[in-house]
Amino acid sequence: MGRITLDKVQKKFGEVEVIPPLDLTIEDGEFVVFVGPSGCGKSTLLRLIAGLEDVSGGEIRIDGKPATDLPPAKRGLAMVFQSYALYPHMSVRKNIAFPMKMAGMDQAEQDRRIAKAAEALNLTDYLDRRPGQLSGGQRQRVAIGRAIVREPAAFLFDEPLSNLDAALRVGMRMEISELHSTLKTTMVYVTHDQVEAMTMADKIVVLRAGNIEQVGSPLELYKAPRNTFVAGFIGSPKMNLLTGAIADKHNATTIGIRPEHLDVVESGGTFTGRVGVAEHLGSDTFFHVHIPEMSEPMTVRAGGEVGLRHGDTIHLEPRAEHIHRFDAQGLRIA
Amino acid sequence: MATEHSKSSARLMIAPAVFVLLVWMLVPLCMTLYFSFADYRPMRGTFDAWIGFGNYASFLTSSSFLSSVMVTLQMVAGILLITIGGGVALALLLDQPMFGQGIVRILVIAPFFVMPTVSALVWKNMFFNVDNGLFSYLWKFFGAQPYDFLSQSPLLSIVVIVAWQWLPFATLILLTAVQSLSSEQLEAAEMDGAPGYSRFWYIILPHLSRAITVVILIQTIFLLSIFAEIFVTTNGAFGTRTLTYLVYQRVLESQNIGLGSAGGIVAVILANVVAIFLMRIVGKNLDT
Amino acid sequence: MARAISNRKKIMWTALSWGIGLLIFFPILWTFLTSFKSEATAISDPPVWFFFDWTTQNYSDVLERSNYPLALMNSIIIAVGSTLLGIIIAVPAAWAMAFVPGKKTKDVLLWMLSTKMLPAVGVLYPLVLIAKYFGVMDSRILLIVVLMLINLPIIVWMLYTYFREIPGEILEAARMDGAGLKNEIIYVLTPMAVPGIASTILLNIILAWNEAFWTIILTTVNAAPLTKFISSFSAPEGLFYAKLSAASIMAIAPILIMGWFSQKQLVRGLTFGAVK
Repeated sequence: MGRITLDKVQKKFGEVEVIPPLDLTIEDGEFVVFVGPSGCGKSTLLRLIAGLEDVSGGEIRIDGKPATDLPPAKRGLAMVFQSYALYPHMSVRKNIAFPMKMAGMDQAEQDRRIAKAAEALNLTDYLDRRPGQLSGGQRQRVAIGRAIVREPAAFLFDEPLSNLDAALRVGMRMEISELHSTLKTTMVYVTHDQVEAMTMADKIVVLRAGNIEQVGSPLELYKAPRNTFVAGFIGSPKMNLLTGAIADKHNATTIGIRPEHLDVVESGGTFTGRVGVAEHLGSDTFFHVHIPEMSEPMTVRAGGEVGLRHGDTIHLEPRAEHIHRFDAQGLRIA
Repeated sequence: MATEHSKSSARLMIAPAVFVLLVWMLVPLCMTLYFSFADYRPMRGTFDAWIGFGNYASFLTSSSFLSSVMVTLQMVAGILLITIGGGVALALLLDQPMFGQGIVRILVIAPFFVMPTVSALVWKNMFFNVDNGLFSYLWKFFGAQPYDFLSQSPLLSIVVIVAWQWLPFATLILLTAVQSLSSEQLEAAEMDGAPGYSRFWYIILPHLSRAITVVILIQTIFLLSIFAEIFVTTNGAFGTRTLTYLVYQRVLESQNIGLGSAGGIVAVILANVVAIFLMRIVGKNLDT
Repeated sequence: MARAISNRKKIMWTALSWGIGLLIFFPILWTFLTSFKSEATAISDPPVWFFFDWTTQNYSDVLERSNYPLALMNSIIIAVGSTLLGIIIAVPAAWAMAFVPGKKTKDVLLWMLSTKMLPAVGVLYPLVLIAKYFGVMDSRILLIVVLMLINLPIIVWMLYTYFREIPGEILEAARMDGAGLKNEIIYVLTPMAVPGIASTILLNIILAWNEAFWTIILTTVNAAPLTKFISSFSAPEGLFYAKLSAASIMAIAPILIMGWFSQKQLVRGLTFGAVK
């Protein structure tokens, strides 16, 4: 099965160390998401696991067996690429069949698996088309089909949804999650979008500059970010990070308050400011509040029916039990 | 994607191409270098393996050397000027909406397919010929004296022939570049109030600069070794002897291998000077 | 261009373009017309355009008096042979440079292109000497090898630019799907590269067909292709316009027709992949 262990894995491009020695264990059947801003090394890490890049040091084990020196094909992993990477000259059927053909599987078994995958992915009517004749979402499904017929030890996804439009992305997100709960196969998924990470992952790995900032379940990361970077990266809209006098009051260098943990009060309150942009989503309203003693506007989530407008004065009160405190190094104070 | 395994097989795959080109460059070139220091005239049975730089001295100091370099430069410059100027104009013209664009394009690229010996012969006899050439009829039609192109303006005649052959090439490359210019950019310039000529000067021409570089590079490679057109028309007479042709005459016509080889080495050195210059430009373009 | 173009403007551009197009094409057209004239009509004053007694006499004269079939055969064998040989050597090299680029790839590529700038005269006599030593003067194999060598840098360059357009992710996908190098090339790379290879082949057949330095110098009779065949008409006894025209048309027709039929690939090939 698909337990992947990284032991002091390191990657250098020439002199530049993109990934300093790093340890990580991905349990069998887990849905792990690597998330981080662009250039954080998340795709490189995935490609190291895939075998598309050589490690500069350390060891990769898949199922307990050393895989560091195995070529990609021998690792028993399947990958879905950002550009889908479908073979443009082959029909959908042939695209899906390709890995099985390479493995020398007999024809009847190939046909059976293609039919099964096509049905699961709603591709049955498109099997004889070329990728060029399909929509983005359909191409994505073909790429997934090509990956699942191999019955791999683990699936690797490299930002698979970033080329789709917003509506399709939500749909595909659910399809991939659904797939994971049916197949129960290990999945490693790379994205820069923390919403994808939060909604899909069993375990999130937050990366910055090749370093693992925090590993944990979505809620762990949300409730107890280990440092200010994770605090600011996970959650949408972003957590308000405040410094100065207000932080001193809580014996911290920085404090963090999520927009949903600020209550709009009639008068008084810890913060008083002026409403800037108000985004009305119907169910919720996000206010960007300018507070005189702070350089950045604060974001507040209020109910859909709060009737404040641009320029109005607003009073805010944070919920004390939800205030995150960080020290001078940006680390969480328990 | 570069793993160690793929890197070593990559080297193996490049090897044959590098090997044959290396042999092709080095073996004959070394022989030429060897001959260039020898007094070697097989017709007279002379062979003296080492005479120092004598051949170089006599080749470089002969009046024909300097004139051949000048002729080469004038010829290449003239052809480049006509093909690029004409090519830009034609590319802009062919980009306009019209009926039968495909057919016009076929007509325009046709000269590229004509072999140099044929085009030289056709132009020499059927157009430039002073007695029966079409130009002579045309001149007479307008009441002028027929003009003997090949003996009066031989260099220009050859430039015309070669430019005719290379105009399609320049046009096609520039047309591809013109078509890749987004109409939004031009429309934005129009909105900004730029009149036609400044749109050409500030937007179209800079956009074409890369394509023009490519045209200059590729044409220069081919034009430096123009041979057949001269061979067929003037045989190097009347001041149309390029460096290539001069060396050819020394080696194969007067069978003075030593002198010709020295000339060949000089030609190689000069070509390398041009090559280094051009490679800089291509190298830069390769990055983008 | 989502703008209505007035018909008058369009007609104006059409007239101008056709005029200039015909002017550029005129030498070929005139040669074609002359090839069907009698020698007397060919030099009549004033020139005759379309209305003359069309005759194919010149073509049969040329066929009778010279060995056109042999020259044609030589041209085909030399052009196709040198191009295919070049492709066989160039495809692996270009593939490696495009997909496994190393630090020196760019230098190697530029060096290859620079060999193209090596003036032929620099190696003229040694080549004649080597050819004589091996007894291959005036042979097809010699020209196939020489033309392959002079065009190899261009073939590599063109293939390289085409291959680079193939997204690397697709080849990585093939590797993940379990294709080894051999299968990757057979099932994925080759089918995707075929259009580019076809353009390269076409352009290089044309370049080899029209090459007129080595073909003139290294052949006499047996391996003489059409370039050499036609240059024999520049001798005084060949100064018959109609026959010269017929021979010219016979020399250029195969490549002209091939060029027109494959225009689309050629236009792509002509830019050497350097301009998009």
